[in-house]
Amino acid sequence: MATNQDAEAAVLSDDMAASSPPMGIKVIVREFVKDKLALFSLILLITILVTVFIWSFIVDQDQVTQVSLWDSYLPPMSMSEDPFREGTRFILGTDSAGRDIFGLLLIGARNSLLLGWTVTVVTSIIGIVVGILAAYYAGLVDNIIMRIIDFIMIMPQLMIIIIFVTIVPQYNVFTFALILIVFNWHGQARFIRGRALTVGRLDFISASKTMGTPSLVIMLREMMPNISSLIIVNLTLNFAGSIGLETGLSYLGFGLPTGVPSLGTLVSYATNPDILENRAWVWLPASTLILVLVLCINYVGRALQRSADAKQRLG
Amino acid sequence: MWKTIFRRLLLMIPQIIILSILIFIIADFMPGDPFTGMIDPNIDPAQLEAQREAFGLNDPLIVRYFRWAGNALQGDFGRSFNFQQPVTAVIGGRMGNTIRLSLLSTIFTYGIGLPLGIMAGRYNETVFDKGVLVYNFVSFAIPVFVLALLMVWIFGYNLNWFPSRGSVSISANTTWEIWWSRLYHLLLPSITTAILGTTSIIQFLRSEIIDAKVSDYVKTARSKGVPIQKVYTKHIFRNASLPIASGFGFTIVALFTGSIFIEQIFNFRGMGFLFLQSINTRDYSVIFVLVMFYGLMGLIGTLLSDLILMAVDPRIRID
Repeated sequence: MATNQDAEAAVLSDDMAASSPPMGIKVIVREFVKDKLALFSLILLITILVTVFIWSFIVDQDQVTQVSLWDSYLPPMSMSEDPFREGTRFILGTDSAGRDIFGLLLIGARNSLLLGWTVTVVTSIIGIVVGILAAYYAGLVDNIIMRIIDFIMIMPQLMIIIIFVTIVPQYNVFTFALILIVFNWHGQARFIRGRALTVGRLDFISASKTMGTPSLVIMLREMMPNISSLIIVNLTLNFAGSIGLETGLSYLGFGLPTGVPSLGTLVSYATNPDILENRAWVWLPASTLILVLVLCINYVGRALQRSADAKQRLG
Repeated sequence: MWKTIFRRLLLMIPQIIILSILIFIIADFMPGDPFTGMIDPNIDPAQLEAQREAFGLNDPLIVRYFRWAGNALQGDFGRSFNFQQPVTAVIGGRMGNTIRLSLLSTIFTYGIGLPLGIMAGRYNETVFDKGVLVYNFVSFAIPVFVLALLMVWIFGYNLNWFPSRGSVSISANTTWEIWWSRLYHLLLPSITTAILGTTSIIQFLRSEIIDAKVSDYVKTARSKGVPIQKVYTKHIFRNASLPIASGFGFTIVALFTGSIFIEQIFNFRGMGFLFLQSINTRDYSVIFVLVMFYGLMGLIGTLLSDLILMAVDPRIRID
């Protein structure tokens, strides 16, 4: 009798395992297995990231940024003409000062990725905090926060950032990141607030409030987990946006300070029509890398977005 | 409705004032002034100082702000030190170029976006639809300057189909030739802008049409015998275009503002180019007016969008 019941229970739990929906990381894995292009983007992205970070730490930055007028504008795959660096081969050629484009590309990619990621993470944290605060307290707090966000939104963002970049007295990587953060958190805050508002109106939050749960606990332990999947999606998509913004500003000459190469700095060689037309190897690899990175990150982000919404899932 | 418009306009005034104060303070922090460029050993520093005094650059910030605001209310936005002209004349001279470029860009944006969105929605899940989705994804993700550079490089330099820089060719003499040359120069930048601008149009139209296809009003129209073509043009399109209408206010405003990246890469002398030029020459009277102008345009764009949405969708009432 007892064994029969055990067997029944085993069958039942097997049934439940078969019919219960996949949770958490499993959903994401299923989505990526189903969408081969997303899987490819993810693998490509990881390959680029690993290559860039490992290589840029192995490569000696001083050696890459070494100036040599003998080697000015060497086409790809050519050997160094500088007697002091005989035997060096430049896979992607050199720039005006004889610096190795391939090395600059790796260091630039590392700087752009690191800066983009920092700006994304910090703006996301500010956005989550401000958005959840506005949604939880609503009323006056929400009103004040939204008026501030509305005001930042009407400002011509790109222009204001450029102006700040030109007026900051001690301009360095840190202040540049700070400027980007100051003028980028509002979009995230608006987005998070919108989602948190719907969560905040649900019954379990009201129940929790009546039970006397501290506000901080409600916000951190109850509201935030419910929008966590959106936060991850948003983080990915904004990462691509931040890279685009930073490289764009560096391209215009208002980005990372001189001495800190960025992918945008390499692209900015193309402002010279002669280089744009006749020496494409200087700027084309960096442009392509930006394009590939941004496309991959966006595609992975879309796949994450689908897995966060049961209605859109492919897997 | 007029009450709403009036109230919204009143609300804009404090926002504009706060913006102007902020920018005035920021402009004050800008290193150097218009006379910094003139410093050279042959000029007596005392003379420069006298010049600064004469232009009132040494007055306290508040005094200068009120003097500027008072003049601005009378339509006098000061002089550009770089161009030696009134700021309004400098900006007015560039606005024509930007408006021409944006107008053509808008025509291309809707010319590409509307048919692609409608067809993708109508024949969704086909190869065509998948192609449109890929295009839409790429055009959404690609940064402006990367696309613009690739376009110049491929179509301007390698294929030589379009002129790659400037807004008019020097060899054009007659009026007709000048206008034709202008149009020819506008084509590549405006197509580039259009490619980037179609994302939301296609996205909204496509999903709205897919949703509308199975809705009750379409079934009713079909069952009473309305031809399928007419259902699409008369019934579905009207409803599906509502989300696009909400962005139209910003489209109108964008006619006057243009794009910094596009104008820089195509060396097109419009408003965005003027901004970069002024930043590099520290011509802050121009920068100041440009930022104010863009801010004002942003405000008007929001207002226009709300009004247009109200006009096309009788269900929406904003108060």
